[in-house]
Amino acid sequence: MVDGAKTYEVGQHPEMAPPRSEVGVLGWVKHNLLSTPFNVVMTLLAIWFLWSVIPPLFEWIVLNSVWTAESRKECWDKMEVPEGAACWAFIKDRFGLFVYGFYPADLRWRVDLSFILLVIAIVPVLYDNMPGRKFGLLYAVAFPFITGWLLVGGFGLTPVETDQFGGIMLTLIIGVTGISFSLPIGILLALGRRSNMPVLRILCVTFIEFIRGVPLIALLFIASTMLNFFLPPGTVFDLLVRVLIMVTLFSAAYIAEVVRGGLQGIPSGQYEAADSLGLTYLKAHWLIILPQALKISIPGIVNTFIGLYKDTTLVLIIGMLDPLGVGRASLADAVWAGLAREVYLFIALFFFICCFSMSRYSLYLEKKLHTGH
Amino acid sequence: MPTSMTDGIAKDETRPPTKKLTVGEEVAIKMVSVHKWFGEFHVLKDINLTVNRGERIVICGPSGSGKSTLIRCINRLEEHQKGKIIVNDVELTGNLKNIEIIRSEVGIVFQQFNLFPHLTALENCSLALIWVRNKPKVEAEEIAMKYLERVRIPEQAAKYPGQLSGGQQQRVAIARSLCMNPKVMLFDEPTSALDPEMIKEVLDVMVELAESGMTMLCVTHEMGFATAVANRVIFMDFGEIIEQNEPHEFFNNPQSDRTKLFLSQILQH
Repeated sequence: MVDGAKTYEVGQHPEMAPPRSEVGVLGWVKHNLLSTPFNVVMTLLAIWFLWSVIPPLFEWIVLNSVWTAESRKECWDKMEVPEGAACWAFIKDRFGLFVYGFYPADLRWRVDLSFILLVIAIVPVLYDNMPGRKFGLLYAVAFPFITGWLLVGGFGLTPVETDQFGGIMLTLIIGVTGISFSLPIGILLALGRRSNMPVLRILCVTFIEFIRGVPLIALLFIASTMLNFFLPPGTVFDLLVRVLIMVTLFSAAYIAEVVRGGLQGIPSGQYEAADSLGLTYLKAHWLIILPQALKISIPGIVNTFIGLYKDTTLVLIIGMLDPLGVGRASLADAVWAGLAREVYLFIALFFFICCFSMSRYSLYLEKKLHTGH
Repeated sequence: MPTSMTDGIAKDETRPPTKKLTVGEEVAIKMVSVHKWFGEFHVLKDINLTVNRGERIVICGPSGSGKSTLIRCINRLEEHQKGKIIVNDVELTGNLKNIEIIRSEVGIVFQQFNLFPHLTALENCSLALIWVRNKPKVEAEEIAMKYLERVRIPEQAAKYPGQLSGGQQQRVAIARSLCMNPKVMLFDEPTSALDPEMIKEVLDVMVELAESGMTMLCVTHEMGFATAVANRVIFMDFGEIIEQNEPHEFFNNPQSDRTKLFLSQILQH
C-alpha cells in the first residue's frame, strides 16, 4: 500500500474525479494529437500544411479579391498582381443567370416566391416538434402544385416555357422533385421486392435491376429522344417533365435497395410481435417495421439523395442549363473569359452547402431517433 | 399434509402459497391430429391436445422437440399442414378473418421479448389498443398504465426498451399482451434469455396471472414454476407428446424412459 493513501471499508469507496490529464481540453489533446511519437509528427506536419495553405487561399478568395468590375480586364487591372486574386465581380454580374437561368426578368418574383414557399414547406417536414406541424405537412403536400403553377404559369399567370428554366432554380426543381417522390416509390419497390406475391415481386425486381443497370445519362438521353417513339404522335410531353420522371425513377431504384437492406435488419421477432397483436400488414409496416427500417437506412438514403442532387448537373448534356451549364456558357463570353476558377469554385460552394446540410440533417435525425444505449 | 400442486420437488420457498386454482369445463384450445413440416422435416407429429379454460399447462422437452412450434401454431405464427386447431370455437384455416380473430384473443410472450424498440413501454402497450381495438389514445393509455402497474413497472412507462433490464422488458411484453384482454396466453421460454436474478420477477408476474384464472400454455424449463401453478405438464420429444400428467405425478413418477432421462438431466444440478 502506498504511503498516505487512504483506505476505505469494503463497499464504501467514494466516486472520485478522474486525473486532470485525462479529461477536458488537456485530455483531448493528449489522446488525439500527442498519443504516440508518430501522432506527434503527424500533428506537426498537419499544422505546417494548414499554415502554408490557408493564408494564401484566404488572400486569394477574400482579402485581395475584386467585387466590382465591368470586365475581366478591369478586374485584373484592379489587382496588385494580375490574376493574383479572385474576381467575384464576374459571379456578381452573372448572378441572375446562375439563379434563374433564362427565366424572364420581370417574372422572377415568381421564382423568388417559390424559393420562400419551398423553405416554408421543408421546415415542417424536417422538424417534427414544429407548432402546427399538421397544417405544415398539408401545405407541403400542396406545395408542388402551387409552385408548379407559379413557375410554369397559366390560369391567370403569364406562361413561361420550361426551356427557359435554368441555374440553381432548375437544380432545386429536379433535386426536390426527385428526392420527395423517389422515397415513397423506393419504399413501395422495396416492399414489393419482399412480397409473397410472385408477380409483384418479379415486377419490382425487374424494374430495380433494369434501372440500376443503365447509366443515368443513358436514361436522360432516352428521356430526351426515345420517349417520343412510345407516345402517340403529336403528344407534347415537356422535356423537363420527362427528366423529372427519369431522375425520380432512377433514384427510387437505389432507394429501394437501401430500404431493402434496412428491412432485412429488422429481426423476425418484430414481425411476429406485430402479427400476434393482430396488426394488419399495412398497420404493422406503417407503425412497426418501416419506422425501424428507415431509421437504419438513413445514412444510405441520404447518401442516395446527395448523389441524386449532384447528378442533376448531368442534364446539361441534354441541353438544359443547370448552374454548371450556365457557368460554361458564361465562360464562353469574351468579356469575361478566363475566369474558370471563380465559376467552378462558386458552383462547388453552392453544391457543397446543399449536400453538407443534408448530411448534417441526417446526423441530427439519427441522433434524435436513437432510443437504445 | 395433503398432496397438492405446490408440493413440488423444486419448490421456491420465497413464493407466496398458491391459491387453489380451478379449471373450467369449457374448451379453450383443441388440437386434433396436427402435423407440421419445415420443408422435409416432420416437426409436429399427430398432436392431440385439449386445453380447458383456466388450465395452466407447462410444456417441456429437449431443444428441437417441437414445443415452441406447437404453441406458435396456436396463433398461426406457424402454419400447420394437417389436422385441426380450434381456438375459442374458431378454427384456424387460411381464412384471414379467423386468424385476425384468434390473434386478437391469444397473447404471446417471446423468449427475446420482441418489444418495439422505437416506442416507449407505454406506447408498446397502447399501440394495439389504438390501432386494432380502435380505442381513443387517452383510454388506451389508461388501460396500458393499468397493466404496467399490474406487472409492477408503472415508473418505467416513459422509457424505451433499450433503457430497461431484461426482466423489465419481459414484464412490459407481458403487459403488452394483457392489454388486449386475451382469453389465452402463450409463453415461449419467457425466462430463457434472462439473467438469473431477473427470472424471479418475471415468474412472479406469471404466477399472479395464473392465479387470476388465465388459460396459459407455457414452454419453460422452470420446474419450480411448473410445480407451483401448472395443473398439467406435457413432455415433448421428436415432435410428439410423449407424456402428460399433473406436475406432482409427472416429476415423481415419470412413465417413459425418455421422460426419466430428460428429468434426470435437467434436475441433477
